[in-house]
This record gives sequence, structure tokens and C-alpha cells, in this order.
Amino acid sequence: MSTRGTRLGDRLLHIYTWIIIVWLSSPIAVMILFGFNDKKSKSNTSWQGFTLRWYAELFDISDLTVALRNSLVIAAVSTVITVVIGTMLGLALGRHRFRGKGLTNFLVFAAISTPELVMGASLLSLFVSGNVPRDANTIIVAHVLFSVSFVVVTVRARIVTLDPSLEEAARDLGATAWGTFRQVTLPSILPGVMAGAMLSFALSIDDYVVTSFVNGSTVTFPLWIVGAVKTGIPPQVNVMGTLIFGIGVLIAIGNAVAARRRT
Amino acid sequence: MRRLTPYLLALPSWMWLGIFLVVPMAAMASVSLQTGNAIDGFAMTFSFSNYSDALGRYSTQLLRSLLYGGLATVAMLVIGYPVAYWIAFKGGTRKSVYLFLLLLPFFVSFVLRTISWNFLLSDNGILFGTLKGWGLLPEDFHVLATTFAVVGGLTYNFLPFMILPIYVALERVDPRVIEAAQDLYATRTAAFRRVVLPLSLPGVFAGVLMTFVPATADPINAQILGGTANTMIGNIIQTEYLTNLNYPTASALSFTLMAVLLVGIFIYARALGTENVLEAAAR
Repeated sequence: MSTRGTRLGDRLLHIYTWIIIVWLSSPIAVMILFGFNDKKSKSNTSWQGFTLRWYAELFDISDLTVALRNSLVIAAVSTVITVVIGTMLGLALGRHRFRGKGLTNFLVFAAISTPELVMGASLLSLFVSGNVPRDANTIIVAHVLFSVSFVVVTVRARIVTLDPSLEEAARDLGATAWGTFRQVTLPSILPGVMAGAMLSFALSIDDYVVTSFVNGSTVTFPLWIVGAVKTGIPPQVNVMGTLIFGIGVLIAIGNAVAARRRT
Repeated sequence: MRRLTPYLLALPSWMWLGIFLVVPMAAMASVSLQTGNAIDGFAMTFSFSNYSDALGRYSTQLLRSLLYGGLATVAMLVIGYPVAYWIAFKGGTRKSVYLFLLLLPFFVSFVLRTISWNFLLSDNGILFGTLKGWGLLPEDFHVLATTFAVVGGLTYNFLPFMILPIYVALERVDPRVIEAAQDLYATRTAAFRRVVLPLSLPGVFAGVLMTFVPATADPINAQILGGTANTMIGNIIQTEYLTNLNYPTASALSFTLMAVLLVGIFIYARALGTENVLEAAAR
């Protein structure tokens, strides 16, 4: 009796889990579908037939293309800065004892837990007080700020599981500090660094709230989309969203397969 | 040289976090006490009335944000816990596939997801338009621009952040502990309530922290799904900063929001007994 009840409960939970998955994916399905919608009028809310036109005319809206390019450049630059300084701090926190370590940990935590809105508002307060003009550079500054802690955390998590005697062995065999880092430490923390880099790229390309405070007249992909809500989102946005989604999923699957092969 | 290494490694991040996180907070604190306007400039007058003015004018939106954030967090907990439970205990070899499917939405921009959601819910869109066409819904039925749409949007957007930490906590529960409870004649419900649920509390704690703060402070869902009657504090702060250039009021509001969230977290942590939770999480 009790096992039958158990099985029924499990089956219901199984179905329930799938309902939640479908719910979470439904807006994505809509986005992909309406990238193929052959709309005639200005509005794009009803299905009017299949077309590949928007894929062919993907870059026809010049300021949308500029916004997408801005997003990609800003994400690339801020990821490089974030990964370099975040990995350095992750190494310091994971491998060394030093004065101010507790305070540093607190800062890293504070950067993760400050609401985006407050972070954007406080940066704007700083820039206004200091008469700093807002442009792509201030966006990069902000994106490094909210991503760096995630790199620190992933690198630190990776390095504390490593055996320090490997590095000692390398030094005993005559390797320089830099040589030890490049040939022993870096390869073993690389998965953590890569995870941090992907996370920081994704956070940067996705950000609307912080960017909206510090962008000046520079427009990024999310800002352009929010600005276009009132006039109607063109199908090209759906196509770009679909392509970014597809590339992201492919990279994630590729990573998972590569990780499985390695072990 | 070796003794200097950690400082050299930490220096760039210290500078970044110091200059762009700590100093801006001080700048915001100072701006929140100034008076003036964008054309003539602002001057420091230690005007604490910015706070009382801002609160007087926008207490509705502040309370509404806390209410919406709280409702969405409760909804996420209720909706997400069973999913985390099923995947952790019954997911078997396909656990990672289910987690991947739950994370799939994150491959699409937050803004774009919210807009697609708006699109799906639009009055005469593919969902409601079709149902209305079949006569299954009254003509004037609408979801957009309601409280339900905003809280639903917040729940939708942050749900995976609730599911994942609970999943991680449940994953660590040793199934033998549950078997032991059942051997000791605990019913399935009792075993869940007295064994599994307490062991999953650190995950619930983390999930609530990861969702309540961003949901309460999020301006996008209210802007895209809410209409004018459902403005949240995030929208007000954005408008005061970016459109009205009323920096003192906006800074005072930002500080108030952060203070309220911090106090809320503190009370929540106390009520749950953080020490117990942290202890359980460390194990």
C-alpha cells in the first residue's frame, strides 16, 4: 500500500518537474518561433507565416547592430580584465596568508551581494561627483566590478582542492616562481578560470540595470531592447537572441562533453 | 619577495573594489545629504530631510517592492522545492540533464526573456488571443499590467536561483539517514518533516538570499510587465537618477533600500538561527 502511494507521488513529481521545465523554456520557444514570423504589419504578436527573411536581414537595423557590437566588445574587454585581476586575487586568497585577508573576503562578498540597482546608483553618484563622462569605459569599469568576485570565488574554490606539494616539487626541481605558475599552477586551475571567464562574459552581455546608470550615450544590446519595447521589438532581436542562445548552448554542451572525456 | 607576493596579487582587485565599490558608496552617502539641482549644481548641506522627503513620497513603492519581492520569494520556494527534491532523490543518472534544462533560460538575456514573457501574456497574443478566439476566455481578460504579472515575472526569472541551492543541499542528504528513520517506524511524511527538511534548510536559506534581494530591487519586470499602477522602487530610483536628475533624492532612496534589505536579511538570519544553518552547511 505504502509503496504504491510512494510510486504515484514520485510519478506526479516527475510530471510536475517537466511542467516547470516547459514553463521556464516557454518564452524561449516564443522568441525562437517569432524570429521566423512573416509579419506584415508593425506588430509582431500574431503568427502570420514562416519566413527566413529576418535571418537574411539580420544586420539591417544599423543601431541594433551597433548595440550588439558594443555589447560583444564590452563583454570581451571586461572579461579579460576580470579574469586577470580575479585570478590573481583568487590565488592570493586560496594559497597565501596575509594581513587583510578577512577584509578582502568581506569585500568580495559585498560585491556579490550588493543589489545591482544600488551598485549602478552609487557608481553614477561617483561619476557625477567627479564629473567623469559616461561612455563604454565606465560600462567596462562597472562590468568588471560586478563580475570580478565570481572569478575570485571559482578560482579560489579550485585552488583549495589542489595539493600544494605539486608546486613545492616543481620549485625543488629548480623551476622559477613564474615557471611553476605557468607549468603547474595555471594548468590545474584552468577549469576554474574558464568557468569564471564564461560567467563574467555572460553577466556582462546580459546586464541591463547597472549599465543603464553608467552608459552615457553608449547603447548595449539589452539597453536597445528595453528602449524598443514601446515602438515594438523587431524580429531581428528574436533572431539575434536565438543565435546567441544557440551558440551558448553549443559551448556548454561542448564543455560538458570535453569534461567527461577528460575524466 | 615571497612575503610580498599575496599583496601584489591582491592589489589590482583591492584597487578596483576600493575605488569603484567603497568610494562610490561614500559618494552616494554624501550626495544623499546635498541640496541643489542639476543646472545650478549641488552643495553639501547635511540635509537629512532628503530621506524623510523621499520616504514620504515613495513609501508606497518601497513597501510594494518588499511585498512583491517577498511574495515572489515564497512562490519560488513553494514551486521550486518539489523540483529540487525530485531531481536530487529521483533524478538518477539524468540529474545533470534536468539541471541543464532548468538552466536553459539563462542562455537568453534576462531582458529578452522578460519581453518574450510579456509577448506570451499579451492581451491578444498567441496564448490569450487564441483562447479568446475559441471563446474560452472573456474578451476583456488580461494579465499584463497586474500585480499577478509582475510577481509571476519575478518568480519566473529568479526560480532557478532558488532551485539550485536547495538541490545542492538535498543532494548531500545521505539516503541511509532516511532509511534509518523509516526503520524506526517514521512515516514517509514524518521522515521528510523531521529529517529531510531540516537538512535542506541551509539550501533554503541560500536560495531565499539569492532571490529575495535581486527580486525586490529589480526594475525590469515591473517596467515591462507591470504598467503604471505597479511601479517598484527600482523604477523610481532609475527615473529620479536618469530622467529627473534628482541625485539627492535618488541617493537617499538607494540607501534606504539597501538598509531595509540588510535589516531584513539580518532578521531573517536571526529567526532561522544562522549559526545552526552555517554549521549544517559546513558539514
